[in-house]
Amino acid sequence: MIYDWLYNLTGSPILSMFVVSLLPLFAFILPFALFAVLAERKVSAHMQDRLGPMRVGYHGILQTIADIIKLIQKEDLVPTAVDKKLFNFAPLLVFAGSYAAFAAIPFSSIFIGSQIQLGIIYIVAVTGLVVAGILMAGWASNNKYSLLGAMRSAAQIISYEIPTLLIILTIIMITGTLSLYTLSELQTSFFWNWMIFGGPAEGLQKFLYLPLMLVGCLVIYISTLAEVNRTPFDIPEAESELVSGYHTEYSGMKFAMFFLAEYANMFAVSAIVAIIFFGGYQSPFGYLGNTLGLDWLVPIEQFFWFTAKGLFFVFVQMWLRWTLPRFRVDQLMAFCWKYLIPISFVILLLAGLISLI
Amino acid sequence: MRDYFLKFWEGLFTILIGMKVTFRHIFVPAVTIQYPSVKPQLPERERNRLYVNMDDCIGCDQCSRACPVSCIDIETVKSIPGEDLGKTSNGKKKALWVTKFDIDFAKCCYCELCVPPCPTDCIYMTDVYEFSEFERDSLLYDFVTLTQEEKEIKKKNFEEFQVKKEAEKAAAAKKAAEEKAAAQKEKPEIKHDKPTDDKKEID
Repeated sequence: MIYDWLYNLTGSPILSMFVVSLLPLFAFILPFALFAVLAERKVSAHMQDRLGPMRVGYHGILQTIADIIKLIQKEDLVPTAVDKKLFNFAPLLVFAGSYAAFAAIPFSSIFIGSQIQLGIIYIVAVTGLVVAGILMAGWASNNKYSLLGAMRSAAQIISYEIPTLLIILTIIMITGTLSLYTLSELQTSFFWNWMIFGGPAEGLQKFLYLPLMLVGCLVIYISTLAEVNRTPFDIPEAESELVSGYHTEYSGMKFAMFFLAEYANMFAVSAIVAIIFFGGYQSPFGYLGNTLGLDWLVPIEQFFWFTAKGLFFVFVQMWLRWTLPRFRVDQLMAFCWKYLIPISFVILLLAGLISLI
Repeated sequence: MRDYFLKFWEGLFTILIGMKVTFRHIFVPAVTIQYPSVKPQLPERERNRLYVNMDDCIGCDQCSRACPVSCIDIETVKSIPGEDLGKTSNGKKKALWVTKFDIDFAKCCYCELCVPPCPTDCIYMTDVYEFSEFERDSLLYDFVTLTQEEKEIKKKNFEEFQVKKEAEKAAAAKKAAEEKAAAQKEKPEIKHDKPTDDKKEID
């Protein structure tokens, strides 16, 4: 554990806790956001036979850094008619909500912010702050488009949390743990132990779990995609209808906070899908470190596998964004309530029955 | 019930088809031209900024007259005898000093109508198309090779020549008149009609 190591090194619990809690932000979220914004632009460009940013650095790799510098320099505009306290607090809340989720995500077997037993429930609960922040931003902006965007966002996130939670409940029921660390450790050694292939169960049970897990993975991926407000579920932002939804009135660093939160969220939900169904930080086959007898290499490999899985799902999110058109509000709600929720209920029920075998 | 699952399956399947299409496009080479560093291939007869080769210009004013928007402004001064202006590249003799040859590219409509009338092919389209300016006046291009002093000298020369010529003419006319008068003294009968005619013309 990094915390123990730091505690032995410094002897101060406060300092080591501080470093450990900031580590995901500086070691992961910020570099990831820088990378993901560029990746999004590059992926979208190449999918449309364009080149994307090409000027700053080799093939535009420094473009996001230039953008961030520009955003920092910008004037921090606060419109006169807004509710100033809420308006200034909303981006912080949104970012805090998505950043706090990283506390319980195991990046590797030694790099986990907090090894709490209620990991998955904590993540689901704390990302609820994002809804409050978005609603706050939309309401405080005193702008009809912002308010509409925020209302849609709240409705959407609350609706889509139900299928997400039902699938998570299924997994909790099968594995009997709420801790993401334990969940990752259960899916160890080879890829057929991943939950998507029926998890650590054996024989007939594993065979019966397999189709349920495939559908469940699809459902949770779709519903988490909707929770982070990305296309085809981007009706809260819907730039062609609502300017840009709840962050219409924001500029400069406050806008950057929303942006950072969006990308942090993208990775958080991808990480959840990866942990629950794809073994988290576990390698699909053995570790090079174990073969060579180098113990220190294993956590690094685990970190690599975790990042690779997370980035793959982030890529799929981008891929979907540039493939699909936006849902209408009624379609969005119908899709959730008529399809995802019944299907996830059936999965919950069947998984419960199968676990009795 | 069957419809329900069919619909679900159709939705998923069509999404996969769409994803296949977009994924294939990742590997299609981009059509973007990196403009300022890579320039597009221009068509053979593209029409861009005009250029006037003043060595060949004979100041005939034909391009100016052909211009539908009157963006070409030409002024010329006649050369005086003895001045050698040289020849154009296709062998025409130049007889006029061109003291003003302005093309206003703010007005120019790039129709290329000025190019065919030119007898010496001295006005033509170039392939320069990046010449935007911050002020409209900067688009007024002056093609004259003569300096301001030279222009004035040419004008003065011509005026002096003109004056001289006038003087000579006057002198010649006077002389002719005197001769005429002398001749008329010998033949006085013709003198009756002429003054009245002259007066009518003056009136």
